[in-house]
Amino acid sequence: MTRSAIYLCCIVLALLSLPARAALDAGQLSKLAADDNDAKVAVVKYLASHPSPEAEAVLTAMDNDALYQNQGRLLIVRGDQAIDAATLQALGPVPDSAESIIVNNRLRGAVQGALSAFKLFSSDLATRLKAARDVKQDPRPEQLPLIQQALAKETNAEIHQDLLLAQASIQISSSNEAERLAAVKILGATNNPEVRTKLADMLIQNNGQYNEASPVVRAAAQQALKSIDLRISLARAAASLFSGLSLGSVLLLAALGLAITYGVMGVINMAHGELLMVGAYATYFVQGWFKTHLPQHFDWYVLAALPIAFLAAAGVGMVMERLVIRRLYGRPLETLLATWGISLILIQLARVSFGAQNVDVANPSWLSGGIEIIQDVVLPWNRIIILGFSMAVLVFMSFLLSRTRLGLFMRAVTQNRAMAGALGVPTGTVDTLAFGLGAGIAGLGGVALSQISNVGPDMGQGYIVDSFMVVVLGGVGQIAGTVYAALGLGIVNKLLESWSGAVIAKIVVLVFIILFIQKRPQGLFALKGRSVD
Amino acid sequence: MDNQRRKFLGTMGAITAGTLLAGNRFAFAADKSPIKVGVLHSLSGTMAISESALKDVALMTFEQINASGGVMGRMIEPVVVDPASNWPLFAEKARQLLTKDKVAVVFGCWTSVSRKSVLPVFEELNGLLFYPVQYEGEELSQNVFYTGAAPNQQAIPAVEYLMSKDGGGAKRFFLLGTDYVYPRTTNKILRAFLKSKGVKEADIVEVYTPFGHSDYQTIVANIKKFAGGGKTTVISTINGDSNVPFYKELGNQGLKATDVPVMAFSVAEQELAGMDAKPLVGHLAAWNYFESVKSPVNIAFVKMWKDYVKKKGLKDFPVTDDPMEATYVGIHMWKQAVEKAHSDAVDKVRIAMAGQTFKAPSGFTLEMDKTNHHLHKPVMIGEIRADGQFNVVWKTPTTIRAQPWSPYIAGNEGKQKL
Amino acid sequence: MTTTYRYFSKSVWLAMGLLAIGLLVVLPILHLGVDKHSSLYVSSYAITLIGKIMCYAILALAMDLVWGYAGILSLGHGVFFALGGYAFGMYLMRGIGADGVYHANVPDFMVFLDWKTLPWFWHGTEHFAYSLLLVVLVPGLLALMFGFFAFRSRIKGVYLSIITQALTFAAMLLFFRNETGFGGNNGFTDFKRVLGYSITAPETRVAIYMLTGLVLLGALLLGRYIVTSKYGRVLAAIRDAESRVMFCGYNPVSYKLFIWTLSAVLSGIAGALYVPQVGIINPSEMSPANSIEIAIWTAVGGRATLIGPILGAVLVNAAKSYLTVSFPDYWLFFLGALFIVVTLYLPHGLMGLLSALRRKITGGWK
Repeated sequence: MTRSAIYLCCIVLALLSLPARAALDAGQLSKLAADDNDAKVAVVKYLASHPSPEAEAVLTAMDNDALYQNQGRLLIVRGDQAIDAATLQALGPVPDSAESIIVNNRLRGAVQGALSAFKLFSSDLATRLKAARDVKQDPRPEQLPLIQQALAKETNAEIHQDLLLAQASIQISSSNEAERLAAVKILGATNNPEVRTKLADMLIQNNGQYNEASPVVRAAAQQALKSIDLRISLARAAASLFSGLSLGSVLLLAALGLAITYGVMGVINMAHGELLMVGAYATYFVQGWFKTHLPQHFDWYVLAALPIAFLAAAGVGMVMERLVIRRLYGRPLETLLATWGISLILIQLARVSFGAQNVDVANPSWLSGGIEIIQDVVLPWNRIIILGFSMAVLVFMSFLLSRTRLGLFMRAVTQNRAMAGALGVPTGTVDTLAFGLGAGIAGLGGVALSQISNVGPDMGQGYIVDSFMVVVLGGVGQIAGTVYAALGLGIVNKLLESWSGAVIAKIVVLVFIILFIQKRPQGLFALKGRSVD
Repeated sequence: MDNQRRKFLGTMGAITAGTLLAGNRFAFAADKSPIKVGVLHSLSGTMAISESALKDVALMTFEQINASGGVMGRMIEPVVVDPASNWPLFAEKARQLLTKDKVAVVFGCWTSVSRKSVLPVFEELNGLLFYPVQYEGEELSQNVFYTGAAPNQQAIPAVEYLMSKDGGGAKRFFLLGTDYVYPRTTNKILRAFLKSKGVKEADIVEVYTPFGHSDYQTIVANIKKFAGGGKTTVISTINGDSNVPFYKELGNQGLKATDVPVMAFSVAEQELAGMDAKPLVGHLAAWNYFESVKSPVNIAFVKMWKDYVKKKGLKDFPVTDDPMEATYVGIHMWKQAVEKAHSDAVDKVRIAMAGQTFKAPSGFTLEMDKTNHHLHKPVMIGEIRADGQFNVVWKTPTTIRAQPWSPYIAGNEGKQKL
Repeated sequence: MTTTYRYFSKSVWLAMGLLAIGLLVVLPILHLGVDKHSSLYVSSYAITLIGKIMCYAILALAMDLVWGYAGILSLGHGVFFALGGYAFGMYLMRGIGADGVYHANVPDFMVFLDWKTLPWFWHGTEHFAYSLLLVVLVPGLLALMFGFFAFRSRIKGVYLSIITQALTFAAMLLFFRNETGFGGNNGFTDFKRVLGYSITAPETRVAIYMLTGLVLLGALLLGRYIVTSKYGRVLAAIRDAESRVMFCGYNPVSYKLFIWTLSAVLSGIAGALYVPQVGIINPSEMSPANSIEIAIWTAVGGRATLIGPILGAVLVNAAKSYLTVSFPDYWLFFLGALFIVVTLYLPHGLMGLLSALRRKITGGWK
């Protein structure tokens, strides 16, 4: 392959650290302005073979969609300033007639490959480590000479191991039996699913002939497969348990507010979903404010959104309580209808003021990406943090309920309103505050939802049924029950989903809840005592 | 006695209300009187997210036509109704537009089920519907003009592109959709098409999720598992809101477009404006129009929309997309047909529609097919950019005729005409 | 004296009679017998709209029987309504015969799933009588089973409401699935004929319309008979104090179960009448929101009044039809405000308002 030659060339250049001072060949570069993708890939290869600040600048610009052309001349655009791509000289403002060079996925792959070729020999350890990991995860036959070069020189043990695995992943297809055997023996440590497929292929019989002729290699492959499969299946099991917990934590956040308003206060609040929506729109609002006023601290907008979402939702909740729900205590079913009306109004209000479409709420960088347990099994940060966040909200809530005066009053009012009132508890105010607390917690849930799902006028409707199921299953008035119900439903739902698909999983869970309630009408954790009509 | 009469009068209120509903008819318009046209898009409920922008683009186009002298000198008078994402209500509103308001034409519907719901009404009352959204085909009505794409104008070229060198040479296909008729049909057609291209059964998976599904953890994990077996691509027919959690999960689980590209058939600029596009760079969509197309007609169209949104203080995103273009094209073609027929009568307009051409924002001159009520459209593949726009990475050199009856579905032979 | 309006005084009878004549005789004549361009002509829009609203009225009446008289607030009546609709829809689908787009012997959506033969639950649905049986039996049996377990476990109040919501939600998801065999999200549409008559013919439409009116009338009379009977009074007692009734030696389970099942059957019949008039049945009829709306019609009209829910259904739906045209962007505000105002200020609904007005007037006369 010419590609390996190019890489070799690039290595030689890098090793000798010959400064390639000459500007890039403008004639070559101008092919990037053409419409022919094959020609463009050739230019990328040319750039890869000419490691220089100019080449790296052009490639990086292509990766960022910042490469433009103006009448055949290539420009790198930084902000509103243009730089000549071949010489990196500043050219002043971007001309109006400049057009962006389109980089499609194929080209982007080549660009990124070339960029990591530069990086494998970087003096920075972290850059090298990342490059080695990229090579390990996506090894290509043409990279073999390059990998071997790097192996000879690499001193870091971790990078060395990654490169060894990458080398073995390529040599598994070698025609030399000894090389294959050596490769297969190492590959017990790989987590690359494509390599695993190749190992499994060795053991497949075709017309009575094994794909791998050598029985020694086959035995080694069998051994390697065993250890790979064990590891991968453990990692996948952990990941699916995590996904269940994560779904559970989302359900919990959606339902916790309801556990107070409905569970403790007995208000059937059909506008609960819309309180989640208020929290999510508050997040959107804070995000917009950060974008215009504090762009340098954009990453922390989510934290700033927490108190605002809490207060916004709590405010809406308290207004609802004062104006409507207050007049309906003791008539739970009527509350249901009135709050349904409120929910219609809130949805339409959102639609009129923010538009019917979803709004864009971005993950800040610390909520993007995830931890890779093994290759291709990733636990996303936003989910991990939401799991932690749901626990924090839970602690916050139980602290409020059990350790503060407000919590004491709330419990007193729910247990015996008349007695509490007689002892001087301002029951009306307590009701308002308690409802505000439940609503505010729903607002916090909305912040979390905005990080994993869409934010739009209808978003709350999708959670209302689930939230009620969680609270009812957990047992009304039982915060602990709500927690178990949410996490349990999350895990059961995810286990079922991997076995039966998403639709059936959801149906089965609902039917299960219906049956369960028949068996234990008071939910998982019933308040003990004699019931009075 | 008096008491009794009062009660009686009270109850009579209901009767009066009933008769009021029934009456209220207008005499027919004179020559220079306005032409009434209906707009039947959901402004509330789950579909408002997609349809409300279409209502506004229709109103903008009417305004544009009226400003340039109307249709044969007659002003267009829009009748906007809200079927509220409720399918029986769609049928009721369609009947109301046709019998009470006596509109000459209706622009509307988005989902297949809403179209199926109004179809019998349009056929019974001989109304005229312009339907602006890409759909599953397998239908042809005398009373509908389809200005969106049929499967061969979107899905099949998209998959051909993915299998090509530029598209990454996909070998394995993960067909993911919301469980309703459009994804089901599209995937059925694609499966037959892929088989005809020699793709093995084991290399195709179909997965469906319910409406409003918001947890894509398991599915993204399964895509990764599946991708271990060779170059994989995801064909997504996920609808509406579910796209946001799906793409968020995709980005956060580190599935990159250079490894496993996702080709979407229901995600356009309006949808992208409602999500963070940065993690999605390189994922694809197939349409017949993108806002980033550089043609003079399109530049004017985009500007008109942006100005309109600003002028009216609309909450729609100031971006244009394929169904909006299809609405715009449909309204203009209807106007041309009315002028050609010198009448807004349905039967005459229908005849005049055949062969109508219009210089569309997509940069192509679109033609209404002479027989099958579908537009000849170009096909474009776009890759998502970080700013929520698309780079057009591939397009057909000319427009393509629609095949509403897919040849990949058994029993459709010889059905190409109306 | 305060209860007379509930069970119909003379004038209410008179108004009902006039209304029935107006709706069931005059309107059909004006639709069928009057020239289309005459100003007296009643359009097919009015006929289908009133027909649809009458179906909703039956549904609201069914809701009133369980909620108003037995205290069971169902948030899942949509499922019974839809099941009745689907049962009759199956007959209508079979009536299309080979006139579908694929000219096959099975409905089009089955062609699409590559099903060559009908699944077992479609057998016999080509017979009108059998499908009528299904309309009654399917919702009835589901309600019977569900109610038996729920009432035996003494689930009531809010709990019952929530699990009925789970029931309809689960059913909706099930019917959304294409493989379930009911056409998935599209459901059934494009019906051609019923009992051999074209479904779009004005005569057929009027016949179904009149039938709906008669069923509504019948349901009202049946409801009146039940709630004024001894059974009805025990039921009301159960609603007000279930434990006391138990201590008196009654078994509330069978009482509740009867009215619950009857209500489900009535809802199913309403659904069956609804489908040919609106021309579509699909799973969104089972969405929890739709079921909540049924409760709202009942509350708006006034619970435990029989007439009230009918008025509520008419008023809310007529308002919806009007507002979605006149104020497409704002109608949800009106609707939402209506629900709040009714629950806050009119706990007994419109009927309560009427009787309060009447009391005020008569009080003034005294």
